[in-house]
Amino acid sequence: MLFFIEVTLSGLMAGVMYSLVALGFVLIFKASGIFNFAQGVMALFAALTLVGFMDEFGMPVWLAIIGTIAVMIALAWVIERVMLRHLVNQEPIILFMATIGLAYVLEGLGDILWGSDVKVLDIGIPQGAWDWLWDQGIYVEKLELFAAATAAILVIFLAIFFQKTRTGRALRAVADDHQAALSVGISLHTIWVIVWSVSGIVALVAGIMWGSKSGVQFSLSLIALKALPVLILGGFTSVPGAIIGGMIIGVGEKLAEVYLGPFVGGAIENWFAYMLALAFLLFRPQGLFGERIIERV
Amino acid sequence: MIYRETGQFKANYADDQALFPIAQDRYVIYAVLFATFAVVPMILNQYWLNAIILPFLIYSLAALGLNVLTGYCGQVSLGTGGFMAVGAFSIYKLMVAVPELGFITLVILSGIITAAVGALFGLPSLRIKGFYLAVATLASQFFLIWLFNKVGWFFNYNATGMITSPPMTIFGVLVTGPEATVTAKYFLVASIVAVFALVAKNLARGRFGRNWMAIRDMDIAAELIGVRPLIAKLSAFAVSSFYIGMAGALYFAVWLGSAEPTEAFDINQSFLVLFMIIIGGLGSVLGSFLGAGFLVLMPILLKNILVDGFGTDSALAAHIEIMTVGALIIIFLIVEPHGLARLWRIAKEKLRLWPFPY
Repeated sequence: MLFFIEVTLSGLMAGVMYSLVALGFVLIFKASGIFNFAQGVMALFAALTLVGFMDEFGMPVWLAIIGTIAVMIALAWVIERVMLRHLVNQEPIILFMATIGLAYVLEGLGDILWGSDVKVLDIGIPQGAWDWLWDQGIYVEKLELFAAATAAILVIFLAIFFQKTRTGRALRAVADDHQAALSVGISLHTIWVIVWSVSGIVALVAGIMWGSKSGVQFSLSLIALKALPVLILGGFTSVPGAIIGGMIIGVGEKLAEVYLGPFVGGAIENWFAYMLALAFLLFRPQGLFGERIIERV
Repeated sequence: MIYRETGQFKANYADDQALFPIAQDRYVIYAVLFATFAVVPMILNQYWLNAIILPFLIYSLAALGLNVLTGYCGQVSLGTGGFMAVGAFSIYKLMVAVPELGFITLVILSGIITAAVGALFGLPSLRIKGFYLAVATLASQFFLIWLFNKVGWFFNYNATGMITSPPMTIFGVLVTGPEATVTAKYFLVASIVAVFALVAKNLARGRFGRNWMAIRDMDIAAELIGVRPLIAKLSAFAVSSFYIGMAGALYFAVWLGSAEPTEAFDINQSFLVLFMIIIGGLGSVLGSFLGAGFLVLMPILLKNILVDGFGTDSALAAHIEIMTVGALIIIFLIVEPHGLARLWRIAKEKLRLWPFPY
């Protein structure tokens, strides 16, 4: 039983990490209908920049984080200026392909600027087992607990931002209907810069957490692939969906690996999440919390 | 003046329904076929044939397959790598088990096996649409690669998990294995690609193709006028996987010679083929070839310019290369989102009216 709890807990924690990446996807998809494949590479790029600022320029942690946030905002501005502005009204698949192109560019850029070797990211997040639960015989990583707390704070912050501020209202208006938003005087371009900046910052948080856990390296960009089943499970347009979807995937994956894996040869983590999401989709094609898809002829 | 249908009278139905109704189109096709089978093998050396032309032809076949699914039927798939692996492993098992059937039969058989697998993984498409489906097809990619890595039966339980193609002959000429000449491989691949490109062109304008396009343009409306989505979508998945499976079989058995699933058929293959049809043009047979040519040639060209031209060191060149590929894709999508085939269509319209455009 204790083992089961431990596996479930570690699944939940891993799920939170997926949610952090999925969150960035959801933000951009909500506001612009773009399926941003570059989210994972953005996390890698943010983490690389942070490490670069700390190691090469000797900045203290807080300054480096502020610097990286500035870089991500500048990046959002450039992306809007150079890419999105020219792709308005294109089909979703074209936009999706453009973000894959963007992923390539960012990957190459990050490598050229900061080098492609594995880097250690240490910004003072506590590591090791959480003592209190360890005494009960359950191993829970402090870092993952910290990530969960950060995710919770992030979601609260985003919820307030979306519900209570003027910009947030504009964002929701754009998400609801581009044309209507334009007609009441909301600038799409500004909204896109804001939303890409916010998801850049979310990417930074995800990058910090994953980077502290397993070092900053290329494989970081592959966590985007892990976040995709989370997305289809939770629904592309739902922030709570991203969090809860992440947890379901995290727990499901860990339990399957431990209890099912030995029978089929192990390493099923790679595809189990997708199968789980696929099974859910057969019953709810729009994901758990996605908006109901209404089709008209 | 040169390219127009004026004055080309059709005297019977057969002429009217020909695959290429305009005479100049036919001449171009004959010229291309002649060039493919007579000129290219004469003038190009082994390196060119092996490093550029063979992958170009094989990727064209894969792009054709994906174009059937994504371009004609509108179902985005990210499982191309996985289906190519199915083709590769089927032909490996077949080459070991029943080599007496002949290589071409085996290629087609492995295509058929892949078609069955593709139709199976196409089942969710009846319920899921758009990006949800695209992500769902990733499931097939990861699951299939995992399967070929884990289940020993597929690679005949050898210790490395690699599959190596045994030597096989067609009309007494070696076409696979290390001793086969590049020219023989080239003729084999080029014939298969030429035949199946014509088949695809034919399929696309026939009943199946029209059903697919109806589903692509608006699935509910298509259903209302009597297109059965089950048949249309699954046939698109099956035909597409058939092509991709053959491409995978040729990719492994003829071009690579030996392969290992995680590296040769990973997710990047899926993206590469998707890029090809986007850059070449969705819903166009010609576009599949143009896209494949562009994406096979460009990295080689870039590498040559950077490493040999400017003396950049190769690690940096690799980073610049990936950046340039990404940037070019973005630029392409901005400038011509309908792909290279669209440029050709515009040129054709202009040619028809030339020199009196008004």
